Amino acid sequence: MDKFTVHNGVVVPLDRGNVDTDQIIPKQFLKSIKKTGYGPNLFDAWRYLDHGEPGMDHARRPANPNFVLNDPRYREATILLARRNFGCGSSREHAPWALLDYGFRCVIAPSFGDIFYNNSFKNGLLPVVLQEAEVDRLFYECASFPGFRFTVNLDAQTVSTADRSQVMRFEVDTFRKYCLLNGLDEIALTLQHKDKIQAFEAKRLQQFPWLMR
Amino acid sequence: MDRTLYDKLWDSHLVHTGEDGTALIYIDRHLVHEVTSPQAFEGLKLAGRKPWRMESVVATADHNTPTTGWERGINGIVDPTSRIQVETLDANMREHRAKAYFPFLDKRQGIVHVIGPEQGATLPGMTVVCGDSHTSTHGAFACLAHGIGTSEVEHVLATQCLVTRKMQNMRVNVEGTLARGVTGKDVVLTIIGRIGTAGGSGHAVEFAGSAIRALTMEGRMTVCNMAIEAGARAGMVAVDDATIDYLKGRPFAPAGPDWDVAVAYWRTLKCDAGAKFDREITLRAEEILPQVSWGTSPEMVVSVDAEVPDPEREKDAIKREGMERALQYMGLKPRTKITDIKLDKVFIGSCTNSRIEDLRIAAAVVKGRRVAPNVRLAMVVPGSGLVKAQAEREGLDKVFKDAGFDWRQPGCSMCLAMNADRLEPGERCASTSNRNFEGRQGDGGRTHLVSPAMAAAAAVSGHFVDIRQWR
Repeated sequence: MDKFTVHNGVVVPLDRGNVDTDQIIPKQFLKSIKKTGYGPNLFDAWRYLDHGEPGMDHARRPANPNFVLNDPRYREATILLARRNFGCGSSREHAPWALLDYGFRCVIAPSFGDIFYNNSFKNGLLPVVLQEAEVDRLFYECASFPGFRFTVNLDAQTVSTADRSQVMRFEVDTFRKYCLLNGLDEIALTLQHKDKIQAFEAKRLQQFPWLMR
Repeated sequence: MDRTLYDKLWDSHLVHTGEDGTALIYIDRHLVHEVTSPQAFEGLKLAGRKPWRMESVVATADHNTPTTGWERGINGIVDPTSRIQVETLDANMREHRAKAYFPFLDKRQGIVHVIGPEQGATLPGMTVVCGDSHTSTHGAFACLAHGIGTSEVEHVLATQCLVTRKMQNMRVNVEGTLARGVTGKDVVLTIIGRIGTAGGSGHAVEFAGSAIRALTMEGRMTVCNMAIEAGARAGMVAVDDATIDYLKGRPFAPAGPDWDVAVAYWRTLKCDAGAKFDREITLRAEEILPQVSWGTSPEMVVSVDAEVPDPEREKDAIKREGMERALQYMGLKPRTKITDIKLDKVFIGSCTNSRIEDLRIAAAVVKGRRVAPNVRLAMVVPGSGLVKAQAEREGLDKVFKDAGFDWRQPGCSMCLAMNADRLEPGERCASTSNRNFEGRQGDGGRTHLVSPAMAAAAAVSGHFVDIRQWR
């Protein structure tokens, strides 16, 4: 997994609540057996005017000029500003894969779907929860100032504007932060507790043999 | 100290707790399907790791499989990318032998959340995970069951554990007696409408109360299935006689002397009298009416006797904009009577409502009638091969076919339209599935979530009708 330490980038505002993972990456693109290549189909139904299918040349498809990702001023965006309950719905990890493959490193929202939030950390995409009032203000500023950028600092747990006139703090679990800062393989970390897992399993097998058959 | 059902399930699976509360919990049952597992198996291989305990794995192919053309065998999967996914699961199951694998075309194949309980592979007291958010279904058996991502699928394969944190406890009580025609689906849609799609976020939800107790296991599975639509990763119901009666004699359920030992343990899987919940709400069963979703989120739902709501009355700006966008997508005007909404297609199926009880209820509604002329396609997709066989033994297939329904092979089908079953742009569908998101059932398709009885009645009438008045 890629590390996440400090990231500075252009912010794109996606002004919709309850954006579900079906919108982030529609089902016809879940048929791949790889973790990469989903970027061109991120928000596919909103981003293009035609119906997308795997195997198309997406660069030649008609873009929806009204969708914010197609606005030239946000072309370089790597931080997504979103509304409440972002990533609700399906558990598809293809959603963070698509956001990452497109170039996003961070999503900021007042709240997230639990599974999406979890999946993001496993892939080096940082989900940041800010207060609803803070997010409201950021939407306004994002619209007002072209090229609006943030610096997201995971170690300091802050999101700040370029001139540091605003510095907002966010919460993150110690363990998740540690894994992301160091780009650690969680499986290797868990296997450090191999003896404990084996002991637990042996006890469980003895106690509930019928459960393990 | 008195504990909730969730507390008990959590405590009994806790392997290790870190300083910040991050925990390792042991996983008893790992359900696997073709869409969210290939990258996990590949990840294991790339890292040179072996699965920890394949005896915990029960697998099937369900999302991509077609509901017609099975006589052509694997060639029945026309889409080459779908076929690769199904064949990749086949290959992974050949390499790593699971406890059970029900491949495409097997007579026990079906939707993973239907076959787990059907096989007795889901048992009370277990932790159950699957790379699918509707894993919450299995909580109906007093399991701690929830969806995970593909990285976690790989993690569970490699370590038999999940890295997680304890959720908060929430209880939803439904007290009283449901009206005739009102089902588990209406109960859970009402709950989602009440608390919203993020209402259960961060919580494990126990469904309790006399109306939940009165539900069959099928009804409880429907309720727990949609816990995720209220934002809760896990839903659950305590063990009672219905749970135990359902499991007796299932292929993977304990038998002989083990059975009595298991039952004695299962009886303890309920909330203690003095246990504390972080959040609790109570609904009166008598106030729950048949539900119909009108928008593009499961919380956008009203009773069948109501009208499509007017965004102008919504004070919250984000919600109002969401409503306006939803109405535009759905092609609906505010204050349209729900019973005036006409349908193009009807879908009875999905991990929410494709079990034998669902099909019996729907068949009873359509018996001796015909699908309305304006309904282009009405289809029934049984949840599994065994559900299908049972329905055919009872003659339900004939009832549906005589009425003009398509009677299909099992799978996820038009719940998420990964196979060929889908809505065309602008088509309006009464669906017994769980998500009415934009494009969920096909690009531009318009989904109304309802119970099987409501879907069946809508197929026959061509528009929504109040099932309580069905004669």
